[in-house]
Amino acid sequence: MIDRDRHVGTVSEPRVVDVEAGFLKFFAKATGETNPVYFDEAAARAAGHPAIPAPPTYFFSLHMSRPAKRGDVFDKENGLGVDMMKILHGEQGFTYHALAYAGDRLTITTTTEDIYAKKGGALEFVVQTTRFEKDDGTLCAEARQLAVVRNG
Amino acid sequence: MVEVGDTLPELVRGPIDRATLALFAGASHDYVPLHIDSDFAKAAGMDDVFAHGMLSMAYLAQMLTHWAPQERLRRWNVRFTAITPLHATVTCRGEITGIFEEAGERLARVRIGSWTDKEVQTLDGEAVVALA
Repeated sequence: MIDRDRHVGTVSEPRVVDVEAGFLKFFAKATGETNPVYFDEAAARAAGHPAIPAPPTYFFSLHMSRPAKRGDVFDKENGLGVDMMKILHGEQGFTYHALAYAGDRLTITTTTEDIYAKKGGALEFVVQTTRFEKDDGTLCAEARQLAVVRNG
Repeated sequence: MVEVGDTLPELVRGPIDRATLALFAGASHDYVPLHIDSDFAKAAGMDDVFAHGMLSMAYLAQMLTHWAPQERLRRWNVRFTAITPLHATVTCRGEITGIFEEAGERLARVRIGSWTDKEVQTLDGEAVVALA
């Protein structure tokens, strides 16, 4: 069982990530994106954007690109130490405040909000929320992730 | 004029093959081996590698942003209700279930989901999108 008392309320150290145009284009290609706003600078500018925007789920990728040391689901020393073989993604949500664009530098902070068990501990649930802020302090997005750990 | 009961244009992607998963793992920085390493997936008790839930969520995002520009997407949430197996084709669907006002804005509530070609629902969720 995950040590609830130790981990609930843990806030990760801030992680700084760059939103890179090359990765946004790669993401568009890997997802079969057909809207050129997401892979062509000229199309993005024609649509009124200063650069290629990060698509709605790319915030999760930014989070994955720079795992936290403190409170990471998988980290065995400073995090929850969940075995990758046992994890499933249960839910994912996002709330948006401003678009992020290629060239932006974001600071990411993740909080472990809750950990609870069902079926006598056969299933454990980990709720984490992550904030994405621009250099000037603008809050771009908040993400909420529910991970399911299969102990059975 | 958007009305309750309207449906969004469907978005179909796939079939998902091993190359799709390898590319998505690299592009999305998600290296969990359940999705890219058959030996690991089988050791974890799965039949084979299966698609990242976030791949289908990215497809749902495309359905939403092709319908309304991304700057109008206020919030959304999905539950991953079944895994998406290799070789599946993914169909994304959405339907307006409500129109309401919040903070001086007219918003649409959209029930969204994705299904495999065997009509297994893999994602089930809701999005809130500002109306122009």
